[in-house]
Amino acid sequence: MSEKLLSIDDLHVSFSTRRGMVEAVRGVTLAVEAGEMLGLVGESGSGKSVTGFATTRLLDSAGRVTAGKILFRGQDVTKLRGDDLRQLQGAAMSMIFQNPRAALNPIRAIGLQIADAILTHKRISKDAARAEALELLHAVQIRDPGTRMNAYPHELSGGMCQRVMIAIAISCNPALLIADEPTTGLDVTTQKVVMDLLADIAAARGMATILITHDLGLAARYCRRIAVMERGRIVEEASPKALFGAPQHAYTRRLVAASPTAVSRIEDLVTEEEREGYAAIVSKPRQELAAGTPPLLEVRKLAKRFDQGAAAVADFSMTMAGGESVGLVGESGSGKSTTSRMICRLIDPSEGDIVFDGQSIGHVAARDFHRSRLRKDIQMVFQDPNESLNPRFTAFDCIAHPLLRLDGLRAGNELRQRVNECAERVGLPLDLLPRFPHQLSGGQKARVGIARAIACRPRLLVLDEPTAALDVSVQAVVLQLLDRLRRENDIALLFVSHDLNVVRMLCDRTIVLRNGGIVEQGESRALFDNPKTDYTRKLVEAIPHFEAGPALAAAL
Amino acid sequence: MVRAGRRLLSSLPALFGVLVFTFLLMRVLPGDPAVFFASGPNAGKEEIEQIRKQMGLNKSVPEQLVFYLSDIGHGNLGRSMMTGQPVLKDLRERLPASLELTFTALLIALIAAVPLGVLAALRPGSLVDHGVRMFCALGVCVPTFVSGLLLIYVFYYLLGLAPDPTGRIDVFTSLPPQRTGFLSIDFLLAGDIDGWWAACKQLILPAVSMALFVIAPLARITRASMLVSLGSDFVRTARSVGLSWRKVVITYALRNAILPVITIAGIVFSTMLGANVLVEKVFSWPGVASYALDALLSSDYAPVQGFVLLMASVFVLVNLVVDICYGIADPRVSIE
Repeated sequence: MSEKLLSIDDLHVSFSTRRGMVEAVRGVTLAVEAGEMLGLVGESGSGKSVTGFATTRLLDSAGRVTAGKILFRGQDVTKLRGDDLRQLQGAAMSMIFQNPRAALNPIRAIGLQIADAILTHKRISKDAARAEALELLHAVQIRDPGTRMNAYPHELSGGMCQRVMIAIAISCNPALLIADEPTTGLDVTTQKVVMDLLADIAAARGMATILITHDLGLAARYCRRIAVMERGRIVEEASPKALFGAPQHAYTRRLVAASPTAVSRIEDLVTEEEREGYAAIVSKPRQELAAGTPPLLEVRKLAKRFDQGAAAVADFSMTMAGGESVGLVGESGSGKSTTSRMICRLIDPSEGDIVFDGQSIGHVAARDFHRSRLRKDIQMVFQDPNESLNPRFTAFDCIAHPLLRLDGLRAGNELRQRVNECAERVGLPLDLLPRFPHQLSGGQKARVGIARAIACRPRLLVLDEPTAALDVSVQAVVLQLLDRLRRENDIALLFVSHDLNVVRMLCDRTIVLRNGGIVEQGESRALFDNPKTDYTRKLVEAIPHFEAGPALAAAL
Repeated sequence: MVRAGRRLLSSLPALFGVLVFTFLLMRVLPGDPAVFFASGPNAGKEEIEQIRKQMGLNKSVPEQLVFYLSDIGHGNLGRSMMTGQPVLKDLRERLPASLELTFTALLIALIAAVPLGVLAALRPGSLVDHGVRMFCALGVCVPTFVSGLLLIYVFYYLLGLAPDPTGRIDVFTSLPPQRTGFLSIDFLLAGDIDGWWAACKQLILPAVSMALFVIAPLARITRASMLVSLGSDFVRTARSVGLSWRKVVITYALRNAILPVITIAGIVFSTMLGANVLVEKVFSWPGVASYALDALLSSDYAPVQGFVLLMASVFVLVNLVVDICYGIADPRVSIE
């Protein structure tokens, strides 16, 4: 057994807030050996990032280590000052952040930024630093590194920015690299490329890595040891196989169950006791539509061109039956959001037609569609539950608004009843209705968004990445909710997502988009199990999976 | 360059609007220039009528406007009744004085405000922060003519350090050949160091009293944008690789934080140029603003209209310069 590179001993971190001291980390003990990759997983607020920031001494001024030690090569990091600290940062340990574009200085050429990091720790000339920076760009596999040296972050894609960030982090060959959600917000294929690169570089240079992530599958794919954090504590630490095969702690069990895998079904996502009542609904067979029923939605040769640019969407056709769920997947820039917005009649298509329930609605200007009587039949749930609720509306107002505008209800008992009914259907406790969005949790906000969308009893619900901003356990509950709504109320779902595992579970059919055109479509399970095009295969293979062993299936 | 030209062209309608508006405004203001410029208070009705006819004031307002606009088209801003000179000549003589004063004041303000704002942002809530806030509050509370008089009282009357506040240069100094119109630069070009020093001494008090007034907005905006920039992800990145304190604060945080300061500095500059009439009066500075005020008080239409047109053009130019500076400072922006 090799020497411990980093050992964290009973670490406590507190933040002073307006409501007094809040303990974010309460007694974390952790060890990392030289060259190993450790996964630190947990949901938001579990303290995993704070642990990382405390180790690299990057906590904001409000945060303080109140107890415990962080020993790096036998030296207590928490007690370092001034130059000693600076010699550690970058040279001995460095960090990669979430949201790579924001993590780079927007008005400084990337070559200079890499050179800055090199010049801090090495006494070499500027030209030599520039040459090294160029080499690093080679190392992180950036195409045409010579010209990219003078590029600014806004000229690069998110994945490219993260490579530059990696180049900065490894510029002085640190012994420890802490990657805080390095691929969150990137496409699955980009995620795979970036993570593979990171793992290769770490292995080649013998760097120890701590991978902080909320994605169990990602941690399982790249780490040999995973520590699970919950509310500031480490609840379980094991190899991925042991962790997913036979999780010991109740929280780990819940987390493992909630993470969608290649084989999981929606009903698997929560543990036994939370599942009550759901099974009965799922088992009820859906009534078959009579043959010859006209489709609910028919989209014909839809196209969208934004001014002078190339087509964002071209030649897009699809049909949906009532109560059917269809997934729309693709990488960012594939046109899936644009398509969903055209179908929702929030933006105008350049060409083509949309027929809803036998009526052509493609030519009604998006500006005027709110007056159409079909407006309440097509509703939308937006990606970010924080941004899509009016901060000055209470939950009640949010849900009541479409009823007042579209259903012609007046304020009064009937309205109150309808709002309560919607809240109950999405599982939102009624005592939360007078609250404002900032007083609700992410999951509760997502429920308000869904309740608002179903308030007018729509027949088609368009969901644009409704769970992308949610923790897996909350995502599990929201997915079940959506599936139940579909089965109970026969609402058709058009589900836009980049998360293929989720689409596979929720949707009967899936459409794969790329560069604004349909690449492949078909019945979900068949499409994912046996993709016909290379592109779909690449997408499917890029999803990080962990194998849920038979033991786990039995435990559930 | 083509884009800059297009920008200038697109501002022409606004300039035209300003022209017409000022013209009409001057006509509806009470006061008859003919009465003012008649030979004396007991000038007879015929005499006044005679002057009105001479000045074209007997014609209808639209007719007057057409004459006025065609004159402007020929580059003729009219003649001042006060000085008896063409307005264009007056403005050309006085604008450099105003510009020199305003530029110096802005420079002093920036040199003081940016470090103050940065200091305050580095330690929010500290004694330094509160000190800066108080200094800024004082600067805004005290009107420029009061701070100007105070400065004169202390540095001229009590300490005798400053020369008497009577214009750009004392009467005994011989003027340098005029090149830029900025006395301090002209003296330098002529190699006259004594003259240069004399001009600078005259300049410093009015410039400081103007600067005091605008330090507050500049320092506050610097502090605010510096706080944002210090809390941003890229500063965290810079700290994570152990960059030196200077590099983090100056190269990473301040260069990003300076962008909104450029915009505010542009606005402050245009405001100062027109609004520094108080300082010009207190220090008998022969600038355009005091010229326009005198003209306004004596219902002298042409100089006021010329002044407004000048200010509007300066405003357009300053905005263009700000945008160009912004484009250089921030690679994400291109001048549209």
